[in-house]
Amino acid sequence: MVATLDETPTVRTLSLRVPDWPGHLPGQHVDIRLTAPDGYTAQRGYSIATPANGERIDVTVERLEDGEVSPYLNGELVVGDQIELRGPIGGYFVWEPSRGGPVLLVAGGTGVVPLMAMVRERARRASTVPVRLLLSARTFADLVYRDELDRLAAADDGFSVTYALTRGAPAGWTGHRRRVDEAMLAEIAWPVEAGAQTFVCGSTPFVEAVTSGLVALGHPAASIRTERYGAAGAS
Amino acid sequence: MAFVSPGFRGRRSEQRGGGLIPPGQHLVDDFPVLSAGPTPETPLDEWDFTVVDEAGATAARWTWDELRALPAEQPTVDIHCVTSWSKLGTAWEGVSVDTLLDDVETSADFAVAFCDGDYTTNLPLEDLIDGRAWVVWGYEGDPLEPEHGGPARLLVPHLYFWKSAKWLRGLRLTDEDEPGFWEGLGYHNYGDPWREQRYWGD
Repeated sequence: MVATLDETPTVRTLSLRVPDWPGHLPGQHVDIRLTAPDGYTAQRGYSIATPANGERIDVTVERLEDGEVSPYLNGELVVGDQIELRGPIGGYFVWEPSRGGPVLLVAGGTGVVPLMAMVRERARRASTVPVRLLLSARTFADLVYRDELDRLAAADDGFSVTYALTRGAPAGWTGHRRRVDEAMLAEIAWPVEAGAQTFVCGSTPFVEAVTSGLVALGHPAASIRTERYGAAGAS
Repeated sequence: MAFVSPGFRGRRSEQRGGGLIPPGQHLVDDFPVLSAGPTPETPLDEWDFTVVDEAGATAARWTWDELRALPAEQPTVDIHCVTSWSKLGTAWEGVSVDTLLDDVETSADFAVAFCDGDYTTNLPLEDLIDGRAWVVWGYEGDPLEPEHGGPARLLVPHLYFWKSAKWLRGLRLTDEDEPGFWEGLGYHNYGDPWREQRYWGD
């Protein structure tokens, strides 16, 4: 590990230098395996937050107090420590600018991590493919990557971001103040006839609510790809 | 190469699970959900289950009511997901694949499970027979919930759980092995958790 960045009080980005890393597509993940001094091992999957960049990959890890691996990665691991990882893994929940658009990205909490790799790759390539991101979080402080997302949206090059806070918002808040629902999706999603590609990542209830809302609005199920962060085994 | 992580102790679920937890797995008490797309919703009166033989002909077909009228079994099995969780002693209700293939004449060596939502997964036919696989509609005494694959999913507990295809609509018997959805995207073609066959090259 070569650097860390605290994104929120409970979310930390770990920058890793991986010798011989073969590169990856935005949306892919790694399996991280920890080995205790007596040989006991535990492994979990974590999404990569950054596009391909030589030997450097960033993973963003939410500290789950009852978790087995995340409290070590986001708490005890320090710069200079070594960990074992495997990847890149997953070839379906991926997008890069050459795949075109328009694109709708919908994230709950740290479900934004694999979507951030897509957004960053789009910016790095100076792509103008239309991409809309809807990010839901509990509070303002829980909006991972908010400063960077606001900066990218301010470039006005076809990328926009909308926030939804579910447990209170600061004074002057202009974003949504409720859970993502069908009305919010109707407002933010591309028209069905635009043929958008959609990526949804979050908890299982979040993904179920968003995908059923999009299908009810007429979006073809085959145009929607999902990932669940409980599903990557993250804990 | 394994790097020791000083101070890492872990939860030691292996000790809790005795010898029942394959390498690299950890025990969970909840039931995580994985899927590549939205949860399909097929009305039961439009639902059927089909066995297609290696010539492409429909070798057997059941409506929902016909499938439910077949002799049911209640397997209690351990399940292992490639994302590293394992769950012990899960109780299911369904019909053995042996029963479904009783009247099917075939010399096929492989099968592709096909599903609503266009998911597929491939298995050697011998892994689906001799009491090792079921088509299940009940979980822990209740109807199988849609997010867990209801109305019916495949249950092949001796392989990683992506082989236990959700929203199952049938089996297509094949002479050649045809990689399914995840098997074509980097995941192991066979998927034995005890040999930790997670990805290509394992």
